Amino acid sequence: MSKGKKAPLANVIDTHQHELLAGWLDGMLSRMVRRDAAAEAEIRQQAARFLPLLAQSIEDDPGADIGSSAWDDTRQLLTEISQSRVRQGFTPIETANFIFLLKKPLFGYLRAALSDDSQTLVEETARVSTLFDDLGLFTIEVYQKSREQVIMRQQQELLELSTPVVQLWKDVLALPLIGTLDSARTQVVMENLLQKIVDTGAMIAIIDITGVPTVDTLVAQHLLKTIAAARLMGADCIISGIRPQIAQTIVHLGVNLEDVITKATLADAFIVALKRTGSTITHAKHGD
Amino acid sequence: MEHIPILKMGKLLLVTIQVDMHDRLAMALQDDLTERIVKDRASGVLIDISALDIVDSFIGRMISNTASMAKILDARTVLVGMQPAVAITLVELGLTLDGVITALNVDHGIRLLQEPDKKTGRAPSR
Repeated sequence: MSKGKKAPLANVIDTHQHELLAGWLDGMLSRMVRRDAAAEAEIRQQAARFLPLLAQSIEDDPGADIGSSAWDDTRQLLTEISQSRVRQGFTPIETANFIFLLKKPLFGYLRAALSDDSQTLVEETARVSTLFDDLGLFTIEVYQKSREQVIMRQQQELLELSTPVVQLWKDVLALPLIGTLDSARTQVVMENLLQKIVDTGAMIAIIDITGVPTVDTLVAQHLLKTIAAARLMGADCIISGIRPQIAQTIVHLGVNLEDVITKATLADAFIVALKRTGSTITHAKHGD
Repeated sequence: MEHIPILKMGKLLLVTIQVDMHDRLAMALQDDLTERIVKDRASGVLIDISALDIVDSFIGRMISNTASMAKILDARTVLVGMQPAVAITLVELGLTLDGVITALNVDHGIRLLQEPDKKTGRAPSR
Protein backbone atom coordinates (compact mmCIF):
# COMPACT_ATOMS: atom_id res chain seq x y z
CA MET A 1 0.00 0.00 0.00
CA SER A 2 1.32 3.47 -0.83
CA LYS A 3 2.09 6.08 1.78
CA GLY A 4 -0.86 8.29 0.90
CA LYS A 5 -3.41 5.53 1.15
CA LYS A 6 -1.76 3.99 4.15
CA ALA A 7 -3.87 5.14 6.96
CA PRO A 8 -7.28 6.46 6.00
CA LEU A 9 -8.40 5.19 9.39
CA ALA A 10 -5.75 7.23 11.20
CA ASN A 11 -6.73 10.26 9.10
CA VAL A 12 -10.37 9.85 9.99
CA ILE A 13 -9.58 9.50 13.67
CA ASP A 14 -7.34 12.58 13.55
CA THR A 15 -9.73 14.83 11.72
CA HIS A 16 -12.96 13.76 13.37
CA GLN A 17 -11.70 12.99 16.84
CA HIS A 18 -14.28 15.07 18.69
CA GLU A 19 -17.24 13.92 16.63
CA LEU A 20 -16.10 10.28 16.91
CA LEU A 21 -15.72 10.61 20.62
CA ALA A 22 -19.17 12.13 20.92
CA GLY A 23 -20.79 9.43 18.79
CA TRP A 24 -18.94 6.67 20.61
CA LEU A 25 -19.84 8.03 24.06
CA ASP A 26 -23.48 8.36 23.02
CA GLY A 27 -23.48 4.69 22.13
CA MET A 28 -21.80 3.66 25.34
CA LEU A 29 -23.78 5.86 27.69
CA SER A 30 -27.11 4.82 26.19
CA ARG A 31 -26.25 1.21 26.98
CA MET A 32 -25.18 1.84 30.52
CA VAL A 33 -27.36 0.10 33.05
CA ARG A 34 -26.27 2.04 36.08
CA ARG A 35 -25.85 5.64 35.06
CA ASP A 36 -24.03 7.77 37.53
CA ALA A 37 -21.73 10.72 37.20
CA ALA A 38 -18.61 8.94 38.37
CA ALA A 39 -18.99 6.03 35.95
CA GLU A 40 -19.77 8.42 33.09
CA ALA A 41 -16.70 10.47 33.85
CA GLU A 42 -14.58 7.33 33.92
CA ILE A 43 -15.86 6.16 30.54
CA ARG A 44 -15.32 9.61 29.03
CA GLN A 45 -11.78 9.65 30.31
CA GLN A 46 -11.04 6.11 29.08
CA ALA A 47 -12.46 6.85 25.62
CA ALA A 48 -10.51 10.11 25.37
CA ARG A 49 -7.30 8.28 26.22
CA PHE A 50 -8.02 5.42 23.84
CA LEU A 51 -8.62 7.33 20.58
CA PRO A 52 -5.21 9.03 20.28
CA LEU A 53 -3.45 5.80 21.21
CA LEU A 54 -5.42 3.92 18.55
CA ALA A 55 -4.53 6.54 15.92
CA GLN A 56 -0.89 6.39 16.94
CA SER A 57 -0.78 2.59 16.80
CA ILE A 58 -2.38 2.51 13.34
CA GLU A 59 0.08 5.12 12.19
CA ASP A 60 3.03 3.02 13.43
CA ASP A 61 1.70 -0.32 12.28
CA PRO A 62 -0.70 -0.11 9.32
CA GLY A 63 -0.69 -3.92 9.14
CA ALA A 64 -2.77 -3.77 12.33
CA ASP A 65 -1.15 -6.75 14.02
CA ILE A 66 -2.20 -6.03 17.59
CA GLY A 67 0.42 -8.41 18.96
CA SER A 68 3.26 -6.20 17.69
CA SER A 69 5.13 -3.66 19.78
CA ALA A 70 3.44 -0.68 18.06
CA TRP A 71 0.27 -1.70 19.89
CA ASP A 72 1.87 -2.02 23.32
CA ASP A 73 0.33 1.19 24.69
CA THR A 74 -3.09 0.42 23.28
CA ARG A 75 -3.03 -3.07 24.72
CA GLN A 76 -1.84 -1.69 28.03
CA LEU A 77 -4.78 0.71 28.19
CA LEU A 78 -7.27 -1.98 27.16
CA THR A 79 -5.86 -4.32 29.82
CA GLU A 80 -6.30 -1.59 32.42
CA ILE A 81 -9.86 -0.90 31.33
CA SER A 82 -10.82 -4.59 31.25
CA GLN A 83 -9.34 -5.24 34.66
CA SER A 84 -11.08 -2.28 36.23
CA ARG A 85 -14.36 -3.45 34.69
CA VAL A 86 -13.89 -6.93 36.11
CA ARG A 87 -13.49 -5.39 39.54
CA GLN A 88 -16.59 -3.27 39.08
CA GLY A 89 -18.66 -6.28 38.07
CA PHE A 90 -19.23 -5.50 34.41
CA THR A 91 -20.33 -8.37 32.17
CA PRO A 92 -18.03 -9.56 29.36
CA ILE A 93 -20.42 -8.00 26.82
CA GLU A 94 -20.30 -4.62 28.52
CA THR A 95 -16.52 -4.85 28.58
CA ALA A 96 -16.13 -5.81 24.92
CA ASN A 97 -18.69 -3.21 23.82
CA PHE A 98 -16.19 -0.55 24.76
CA ILE A 99 -14.42 -1.53 21.53
CA PHE A 100 -17.34 -2.63 19.41
CA LEU A 101 -19.41 0.52 19.91
CA LEU A 102 -16.65 2.58 18.34
CA LYS A 103 -17.19 0.75 15.06
CA LYS A 104 -20.48 2.40 14.21
CA PRO A 105 -19.42 6.08 14.32
CA LEU A 106 -16.04 5.19 12.85
CA PHE A 107 -17.52 3.43 9.84
CA GLY A 108 -19.79 6.44 9.29
CA TYR A 109 -16.87 8.82 9.03
CA LEU A 110 -14.82 6.34 7.06
CA ARG A 111 -17.62 6.06 4.51
CA ALA A 112 -17.83 9.82 4.23
CA ALA A 113 -14.07 10.17 3.82
CA LEU A 114 -13.80 7.51 1.13
CA SER A 115 -17.12 8.07 -0.63
CA ASP A 116 -15.41 8.66 -4.00
CA ASP A 117 -13.33 5.46 -3.88
CA SER A 118 -15.57 2.50 -3.24
CA GLN A 119 -12.76 -0.03 -3.80
CA THR A 120 -10.62 1.41 -1.00
CA LEU A 121 -13.69 1.82 1.15
CA VAL A 122 -14.48 -1.89 0.98
CA GLU A 123 -10.89 -2.88 1.68
CA GLU A 124 -10.57 -0.39 4.49
CA THR A 125 -13.86 -1.46 6.05
CA ALA A 126 -12.79 -5.09 6.05
CA ARG A 127 -9.44 -4.22 7.56
CA VAL A 128 -10.86 -2.00 10.27
CA SER A 129 -13.47 -4.58 11.05
CA THR A 130 -10.83 -7.26 11.55
CA LEU A 131 -8.79 -4.91 13.68
CA PHE A 132 -11.72 -4.13 15.93
CA ASP A 133 -12.62 -7.78 16.23
CA ASP A 134 -9.07 -8.48 17.36
CA LEU A 135 -9.19 -5.65 19.87
CA GLY A 136 -12.58 -6.81 21.15
CA LEU A 137 -11.35 -10.36 21.57
CA PHE A 138 -8.32 -9.03 23.38
CA THR A 139 -10.48 -7.25 25.95
CA ILE A 140 -12.47 -10.42 26.49
CA GLU A 141 -9.32 -12.44 26.94
CA VAL A 142 -8.00 -10.01 29.53
CA TYR A 143 -11.39 -10.00 31.22
CA GLN A 144 -11.37 -13.79 31.37
CA LYS A 145 -7.83 -13.93 32.70
CA SER A 146 -8.61 -11.45 35.45
CA ARG A 147 -11.64 -13.50 36.44
CA GLU A 148 -9.55 -16.66 36.53
CA GLN A 149 -7.00 -14.97 38.75
CA VAL A 150 -9.74 -14.00 41.18
CA ILE A 151 -11.07 -17.56 41.19
CA MET A 152 -7.62 -19.06 41.70
CA ARG A 153 -6.89 -16.73 44.57
CA GLN A 154 -10.14 -17.65 46.24
CA GLN A 155 -9.50 -21.37 45.78
CA GLN A 156 -6.10 -20.98 47.36
CA GLU A 157 -7.62 -19.13 50.30
CA LEU A 158 -10.27 -21.83 50.71
CA LEU A 159 -7.65 -24.53 50.67
CA GLU A 160 -5.73 -22.83 53.43
CA LEU A 161 -8.81 -22.19 55.54
CA SER A 162 -10.45 -25.52 55.40
CA THR A 163 -8.30 -28.25 56.86
CA PRO A 164 -7.71 -28.07 60.58
CA VAL A 165 -6.68 -31.22 62.44
CA VAL A 166 -7.47 -31.00 66.15
CA GLN A 167 -6.35 -33.16 69.02
CA LEU A 168 -9.32 -34.34 71.07
CA TRP A 169 -7.54 -36.49 73.60
CA LYS A 170 -4.23 -38.21 74.11
CA ASP A 171 -3.83 -40.42 71.02
CA VAL A 172 -7.10 -39.20 69.47
CA LEU A 173 -7.26 -36.71 66.57
CA ALA A 174 -10.33 -35.22 64.92
CA LEU A 175 -10.63 -33.89 61.39
CA PRO A 176 -13.84 -31.89 60.93
CA LEU A 177 -14.36 -31.64 57.17
CA ILE A 178 -16.42 -28.76 55.83
CA GLY A 179 -17.38 -28.28 52.21
CA THR A 180 -17.08 -30.43 49.13
CA LEU A 181 -14.04 -32.67 48.84
CA ASP A 182 -12.18 -32.55 45.55
CA SER A 183 -8.87 -34.14 44.67
CA ALA A 184 -6.74 -31.11 45.54
CA ARG A 185 -8.40 -30.66 48.92
CA THR A 186 -8.21 -34.35 49.71
CA GLN A 187 -4.49 -34.21 49.06
CA VAL A 188 -4.07 -31.34 51.52
CA VAL A 189 -6.36 -32.98 54.07
CA MET A 190 -4.51 -36.27 53.75
CA GLU A 191 -1.09 -34.68 54.13
CA ASN A 192 -2.18 -32.61 57.13
CA LEU A 193 -3.75 -35.60 58.85
CA LEU A 194 -0.80 -37.93 58.26
CA GLN A 195 1.70 -35.31 59.39
CA LYS A 196 -0.32 -34.68 62.54
CA ILE A 197 -0.43 -38.42 63.20
CA VAL A 198 3.36 -38.49 63.05
CA ASP A 199 3.68 -35.39 65.23
CA THR A 200 1.32 -36.51 67.97
CA GLY A 201 1.68 -40.29 67.73
CA ALA A 202 -2.10 -40.56 67.70
CA MET A 203 -3.58 -44.02 67.20
CA ILE A 204 -7.07 -42.99 66.18
CA ALA A 205 -8.32 -40.26 63.88
CA ILE A 206 -11.99 -39.32 63.69
CA ILE A 207 -13.02 -37.89 60.33
CA ASP A 208 -16.21 -35.91 60.84
CA ILE A 209 -18.17 -35.29 57.65
CA THR A 210 -21.10 -33.37 59.17
CA GLY A 211 -20.09 -30.36 57.08
CA VAL A 212 -19.74 -32.22 53.79
CA PRO A 213 -22.88 -31.41 51.80
CA THR A 214 -22.88 -34.40 49.47
CA VAL A 215 -21.00 -37.64 49.25
CA ASP A 216 -20.62 -39.09 45.77
CA THR A 217 -18.43 -41.95 44.66
CA LEU A 218 -15.47 -39.63 44.15
CA VAL A 219 -15.70 -38.13 47.63
CA ALA A 220 -16.14 -41.60 49.11
CA GLN A 221 -13.08 -42.79 47.25
CA HIS A 222 -11.07 -39.82 48.51
CA LEU A 223 -12.15 -40.64 52.06
CA LEU A 224 -11.22 -44.29 51.66
CA LYS A 225 -7.81 -43.29 50.30
CA THR A 226 -7.16 -41.10 53.32
CA ILE A 227 -8.21 -43.91 55.63
CA ALA A 228 -6.01 -46.43 53.80
CA ALA A 229 -3.00 -44.11 54.05
CA ALA A 230 -3.58 -43.56 57.77
CA ARG A 231 -3.90 -47.29 58.27
CA LEU A 232 -0.60 -47.90 56.49
CA MET A 233 1.02 -45.66 59.06
CA GLY A 234 -0.59 -47.57 61.87
CA ALA A 235 -3.50 -45.31 62.82
CA ASP A 236 -7.17 -46.26 62.64
CA CYS A 237 -9.85 -43.95 61.29
CA ILE A 238 -13.47 -43.55 62.29
CA ILE A 239 -15.93 -41.72 60.07
CA SER A 240 -18.55 -39.78 61.98
CA GLY A 241 -21.29 -37.27 61.28
CA ILE A 242 -23.02 -39.32 58.62
CA ARG A 243 -26.45 -37.85 58.03
CA PRO A 244 -29.38 -40.13 57.12
CA GLN A 245 -29.51 -38.92 53.51
CA ILE A 246 -25.80 -39.52 53.13
CA ALA A 247 -26.11 -43.04 54.52
CA GLN A 248 -28.80 -43.64 51.90
CA THR A 249 -26.65 -42.20 49.12
CA ILE A 250 -23.66 -44.29 50.12
CA VAL A 251 -25.69 -47.49 50.01
CA HIS A 252 -27.38 -46.55 46.73
CA LEU A 253 -24.01 -45.82 45.15
CA GLY A 254 -22.72 -49.19 46.29
CA VAL A 255 -19.74 -47.68 48.11
CA ASN A 256 -18.18 -50.23 50.42
CA LEU A 257 -17.57 -48.70 53.84
CA GLU A 258 -17.76 -52.00 55.68
CA ASP A 259 -14.10 -52.13 56.62
CA VAL A 260 -14.36 -48.68 58.20
CA ILE A 261 -15.87 -47.90 61.58
CA THR A 262 -18.70 -45.45 61.01
CA LYS A 263 -20.70 -43.58 63.61
CA ALA A 264 -23.62 -41.21 63.39
CA THR A 265 -22.16 -38.52 65.63
CA LEU A 266 -18.76 -37.32 66.69
CA ALA A 267 -19.69 -38.11 70.32
CA ASP A 268 -20.27 -41.79 69.49
CA ALA A 269 -17.01 -41.95 67.60
CA PHE A 270 -15.21 -40.33 70.51
CA ILE A 271 -16.50 -43.00 72.91
CA VAL A 272 -15.20 -45.73 70.58
CA ALA A 273 -11.85 -43.96 70.33
CA LEU A 274 -11.58 -43.67 74.13
CA LYS A 275 -12.36 -47.35 74.53
CA ARG A 276 -9.68 -48.24 71.98
CA THR A 277 -7.06 -46.15 73.71
CA GLY A 278 -8.02 -47.48 77.12
CA SER A 279 -9.40 -44.27 78.59
CA THR A 280 -12.74 -43.81 80.32
CA ILE A 281 -14.81 -40.81 81.24
CA THR A 282 -17.21 -40.92 84.18
CA HIS A 283 -19.68 -38.41 85.51
CA ALA A 284 -18.68 -36.82 88.78
CA LYS A 285 -21.21 -37.53 91.52
CA HIS A 286 -23.13 -34.56 92.88
CA GLY A 287 -22.83 -33.67 96.53
CA ASP A 288 -19.37 -35.23 96.98
CA MET B 1 26.69 -59.02 49.19
CA GLU B 2 25.20 -56.75 51.84
CA HIS B 3 22.49 -57.92 54.20
CA ILE B 4 20.01 -56.12 56.37
CA PRO B 5 20.57 -57.07 60.03
CA ILE B 6 17.81 -58.95 61.82
CA LEU B 7 17.75 -58.43 65.59
CA LYS B 8 16.22 -60.88 68.01
CA MET B 9 14.24 -59.44 70.94
CA GLY B 10 12.80 -62.25 73.01
CA LYS B 11 10.43 -64.04 70.70
CA LEU B 12 10.28 -61.11 68.31
CA LEU B 13 12.49 -60.29 65.36
CA LEU B 14 13.25 -56.66 64.57
CA VAL B 15 14.29 -55.55 61.11
CA THR B 16 15.22 -51.92 60.68
CA ILE B 17 15.63 -50.95 57.07
CA GLN B 18 17.90 -47.94 56.89
CA VAL B 19 19.27 -48.09 53.36
CA ASP B 20 17.49 -47.66 50.08
CA MET B 21 15.93 -50.97 49.22
CA HIS B 22 16.92 -52.29 45.84
CA ASP B 23 15.28 -55.40 44.56
CA ARG B 24 18.12 -57.90 45.24
CA LEU B 25 18.44 -56.63 48.80
CA ALA B 26 14.71 -57.05 49.28
CA MET B 27 14.79 -60.64 48.05
CA ALA B 28 17.79 -61.40 50.29
CA LEU B 29 15.89 -59.97 53.27
CA GLN B 30 12.93 -62.19 52.50
CA ASP B 31 15.20 -65.27 52.48
CA ASP B 32 17.00 -64.30 55.67
CA LEU B 33 13.82 -63.42 57.50
CA THR B 34 11.96 -66.63 56.74
CA GLU B 35 15.01 -68.63 57.76
CA ARG B 36 15.41 -66.73 61.02
CA ILE B 37 11.70 -67.11 61.89
CA VAL B 38 12.10 -70.87 61.69
CA LYS B 39 15.51 -70.99 63.39
CA ASP B 40 14.62 -68.67 66.29
CA ARG B 41 11.04 -69.93 66.50
CA ALA B 42 9.93 -66.28 66.49
CA SER B 43 6.29 -65.47 67.00
CA GLY B 44 6.39 -61.90 65.75
CA VAL B 45 8.26 -59.78 63.24
CA LEU B 46 8.65 -55.99 63.32
CA ILE B 47 9.72 -54.32 60.10
CA ASP B 48 10.71 -50.71 60.75
CA ILE B 49 10.66 -48.59 57.60
CA SER B 50 10.72 -45.16 59.29
CA ALA B 51 14.00 -44.33 57.54
CA LEU B 52 12.66 -45.10 54.08
CA ASP B 53 11.61 -42.14 51.94
CA ILE B 54 10.78 -44.23 48.91
CA VAL B 55 8.80 -47.45 48.76
CA ASP B 56 7.97 -48.60 45.26
CA SER B 57 5.41 -51.16 44.24
CA PHE B 58 7.97 -53.97 44.24
CA ILE B 59 9.08 -53.31 47.82
CA GLY B 60 5.44 -52.89 48.81
CA ARG B 61 4.57 -56.28 47.40
CA MET B 62 7.69 -57.80 48.96
CA ILE B 63 6.56 -56.59 52.39
CA SER B 64 3.08 -57.90 51.81
CA ASN B 65 4.46 -61.28 50.67
CA THR B 66 6.85 -61.47 53.61
CA ALA B 67 3.92 -60.92 55.97
CA SER B 68 2.02 -63.78 54.32
CA MET B 69 5.05 -66.07 54.52
CA ALA B 70 5.58 -65.22 58.18
CA LYS B 71 1.94 -65.99 58.85
CA ILE B 72 2.36 -69.46 57.35
CA LEU B 73 5.35 -69.91 59.66
CA ASP B 74 3.10 -68.88 62.58
CA ALA B 75 4.58 -65.42 63.15
CA ARG B 76 2.71 -62.13 62.98
CA THR B 77 4.25 -59.23 61.08
CA VAL B 78 3.86 -55.59 62.04
CA LEU B 79 5.03 -52.86 59.69
CA VAL B 80 6.05 -49.80 61.69
CA GLY B 81 6.90 -46.16 61.10
CA MET B 82 5.75 -45.56 57.55
CA GLN B 83 6.31 -41.94 56.49
CA PRO B 84 3.24 -39.92 55.39
CA ALA B 85 4.62 -39.41 51.88
CA VAL B 86 5.22 -43.13 51.52
CA ALA B 87 1.70 -43.93 52.72
CA ILE B 88 0.20 -41.51 50.19
CA THR B 89 2.28 -42.98 47.38
CA LEU B 90 1.32 -46.55 48.21
CA VAL B 91 -2.37 -45.63 48.35
CA GLU B 92 -2.10 -43.86 44.99
CA LEU B 93 -0.42 -46.98 43.60
CA GLY B 94 -3.41 -48.97 44.85
CA LEU B 95 -1.24 -50.94 47.28
CA THR B 96 -3.08 -50.83 50.60
CA LEU B 97 -1.20 -53.84 52.03
CA ASP B 98 -4.36 -55.50 53.31
CA GLY B 99 -3.46 -58.22 55.78
CA VAL B 100 -0.38 -56.44 57.07
CA ILE B 101 -0.68 -55.04 60.59
CA THR B 102 0.71 -51.52 60.87
CA ALA B 103 1.84 -49.41 63.81
CA LEU B 104 3.15 -45.90 64.27
CA ASN B 105 6.44 -46.87 65.94
CA VAL B 106 8.31 -49.87 67.31
CA ASP B 107 6.81 -49.26 70.75
CA HIS B 108 3.24 -49.54 69.48
CA GLY B 109 4.26 -52.48 67.32
CA ILE B 110 5.63 -54.48 70.25
CA ARG B 111 2.48 -53.75 72.23
CA LEU B 112 0.35 -54.99 69.33
CA LEU B 113 2.33 -58.21 69.08
CA GLN B 114 2.02 -58.82 72.82
CA GLU B 115 -1.77 -58.62 72.73
CA PRO B 116 -3.41 -61.94 72.02
CA ASP B 117 -4.37 -62.38 68.39
CA LYS B 118 -8.12 -61.87 68.27
CA LYS B 119 -8.62 -64.23 65.35
CA THR B 120 -6.59 -67.26 66.47
CA GLY B 121 -6.86 -66.60 70.18
CA ARG B 122 -3.19 -67.41 70.45
CA ALA B 123 -1.30 -66.57 73.61
CA PRO B 124 0.74 -63.36 73.53
CA SER B 125 4.29 -63.55 72.27
CA ARG B 126 7.11 -63.90 74.73
